[in-house]
Amino acid sequence: MRKTPFGEKTESPTSLEGLKIRFPGKIVTVKLGATRSEGGTRARSILIGGEEAPTFYHFAAPSPHLPVVACDVFDTKIPIPKAVKMHIEEVVDDPAEWAKLYVNKFGADMITLQLISIDPKIKDTSPKEAAKTVENVLQAVNVPLAVGGCGDPLKDLAVFKEVTEMAEGERLLISSISPWMNVREAAETVKKYDHVALALSGMDMNEARELNRALYCTLSREQIVMDPSTASLGSGLEFTYTLMARIRLAAVMGDDELQHPLSSGVTNAWFARESYRKMAPQWEPRELRGPMWETVTALTSIAAGCDFLMMMHPATIQTVKDLIQKLKESGSKRTLETADWISLRI
Amino acid sequence: MTNNDRKPGTRNAPSPVSIYKLLPRTNCQKCGQKTCMAFASKLVNREATLDECTPILEKSYEEAYRQLWKSLRPPVRQVVIGTGDKTVKIGGEFVIYRHELAYINPTAIAIDVTDELPCDQLLKRVKQIEDFTYTYLGRKLGLDLIAIRSTSNDPAKFAEATRVVAESSALPLVLCSLDPKVMKAGLELVSGKRPLLYAATKDNWKDMAELASTYKCPLVVRVPNDLKLLRSLTKDLMSADVDDLVLDPVTYPYEGIQDTLRNFSILRWISCKEGDELLGFPIAGTPIEAWEGHERSSEAATWKEAAVASLLITHYASLLIMHTLDGWALLPVVILRQNLYTDPRKPAAVEPGLRIFGEPDENSPVMFTTNFSLTYFTVSSDIESSPISNRCYLLVVDSEGVGVRTAAARASARKGGITVEGIAKAISESGVEQKVKHKTLIIPGLLANLKDEIEKLTGWKALIGPSNSAELPKFLEEHWYKNVQESS
Repeated sequence: MRKTPFGEKTESPTSLEGLKIRFPGKIVTVKLGATRSEGGTRARSILIGGEEAPTFYHFAAPSPHLPVVACDVFDTKIPIPKAVKMHIEEVVDDPAEWAKLYVNKFGADMITLQLISIDPKIKDTSPKEAAKTVENVLQAVNVPLAVGGCGDPLKDLAVFKEVTEMAEGERLLISSISPWMNVREAAETVKKYDHVALALSGMDMNEARELNRALYCTLSREQIVMDPSTASLGSGLEFTYTLMARIRLAAVMGDDELQHPLSSGVTNAWFARESYRKMAPQWEPRELRGPMWETVTALTSIAAGCDFLMMMHPATIQTVKDLIQKLKESGSKRTLETADWISLRI
Repeated sequence: MTNNDRKPGTRNAPSPVSIYKLLPRTNCQKCGQKTCMAFASKLVNREATLDECTPILEKSYEEAYRQLWKSLRPPVRQVVIGTGDKTVKIGGEFVIYRHELAYINPTAIAIDVTDELPCDQLLKRVKQIEDFTYTYLGRKLGLDLIAIRSTSNDPAKFAEATRVVAESSALPLVLCSLDPKVMKAGLELVSGKRPLLYAATKDNWKDMAELASTYKCPLVVRVPNDLKLLRSLTKDLMSADVDDLVLDPVTYPYEGIQDTLRNFSILRWISCKEGDELLGFPIAGTPIEAWEGHERSSEAATWKEAAVASLLITHYASLLIMHTLDGWALLPVVILRQNLYTDPRKPAAVEPGLRIFGEPDENSPVMFTTNFSLTYFTVSSDIESSPISNRCYLLVVDSEGVGVRTAAARASARKGGITVEGIAKAISESGVEQKVKHKTLIIPGLLANLKDEIEKLTGWKALIGPSNSAELPKFLEEHWYKNVQESS
């Protein structure tokens, strides 16, 4: 039907009838956390993954599980942006209380306990002591837990060994196993005590793939979640967005080395200076700009295919959880037949 | 189509050879390329347009031109709104995913005014829309259009508001009313300016089609959550000679947003992968719907509107109509748009080497960072916006295009990224040793663990700088200039 410059018209044969697109690949389903009957102590376990189409291609195949919101709790004082701090000030000295606040008041699906203090450059907390903190948080909340290291490959491994053993059977998400640590040993301890590995790679599809291959030697496919590194809004978001979208697309197209749920470190949004710093009055207040920054980063991650989101701000958590719920439901109560917004008096 | 299981394919891009075969093949160089083959490659990569080849427009090439035009046109039609400098182009897209090629025209953002605003408030709001700019990585980000809503539904009032806005701003307009009489009253005053008309519906489309065709304006087609009806309406409109269409499958904010995102995805899929020409048009979203049931300047509505706008930007929206002018909500939205519409084919690294800021002397500080473009632009803009901009050296070290954080992780694992050897090489090749009399290198705080090795291999003293370049001015004030003053 479209006109060419020569005045003729052509009609295309397509129609919307029976629009059903099949993708040949499927993301593995990963179980996080374990109940008593499953060998752990959690009130319930959470499933992520299982997609058979890119996100929001509900016309191809609906997503079986919703993205999960996990909130970051740190085991030591770190610089926290003012916009976040004002909501958690009372609990920042106690990871267990902090975790409780996130779960009971702000509705976190999971907690990510970030063991920053084990860093030899910070407090060099011993593996035993770190495991004790994990134990305290496990007792304080009954949601599944992710446990993060400090980024030092040697120290992280030592701590992960202690933590995985202490929490045997809990199906913790161990965050993270990276190519720059002893992958085999890390995978072995995850396997031995029945946990899940978060495979962190440095924003490179091949690196992500190679790491998965290395992990397959030890772990089952259902024990691996991928984190291809998150750059936030304004700090390289386009790289993360496109890398995650490419990984997910390749996976549902049948690439079986990339068929894992994806995790995003949405908290990285707070590294972008526009998220936390004081700016000219027209961009204020930063108490709203900051969480909006994190929200946009989270929603973009979901759009790219993320299943697991690590976040911080209560308003972000609420918005994202609310939208995730709405994304599940088809159909609107309002028909919007009359375009009321045109005459809206605001 | 009878086949129910459609296979997801890749983009049906023409090959350079297939294009080359249709070109004159005279290598006349009138297009600026050395050969027709080079021009063909540019065409396929969308780095050149067909009309740059002047010979092909001659009568004898008519059939070849016809075929070239068909195989090169974007599956999502490009629609132009407005005239003059501020013209906005939307659509013109070739792909679903940006990594398949690149997104072409960034999502245009229209902010609303109403025909019942008192004149002074109307002018104030227009000025606010025009003045909204933010400089990000050396680019100015702003808003693109003004949407005039007829809340009065009174032709005279709409005409008056349209006149006032058109006289006070050069931004292209979106005229919003479902009543053809109201639309006509406004449109007559801006007839030569190609405003976008919002909107044709199943009830008013004949009248709207006549207006669009008489005044040569692009037209939005609005059909709530029914793509089949939308498709049959675009067919009717095209038969009525309205070709510049924009599709609005209707934005449901929150409640029903799954339907909205599904519709947006299907529209993009069916145009890019299946070449459906009746749905191959730019898509309009209306996050302003989030204001339904909210008071004026409500934080909750602003928040919701910005969140919905972000989701629609990630879902192929070509145009968004919004209400808020709050910087805290719009800034994340315009930066998201900028991020996703950057060309992924352009390298993410800048040239390594020495950058000189202002007129440094032999006592000026020497710092280093990686050549990942985002890192480089962040650090250089921090330097430029601070008092140290007139006197320092920045050594840009090849980190294989990764940022400092990743470079640090890789360095500690001895996996490339940034190496001490690379730093030593960068120092010696830059000639900075002849420019300063000190031998102190300020290193990124995140690479603190490389201090000893750097000192051993380069013979320079490594001073550990801040982890965040925003703190450089303060750092230099405390750790550099004071010492320089003391020692000199």
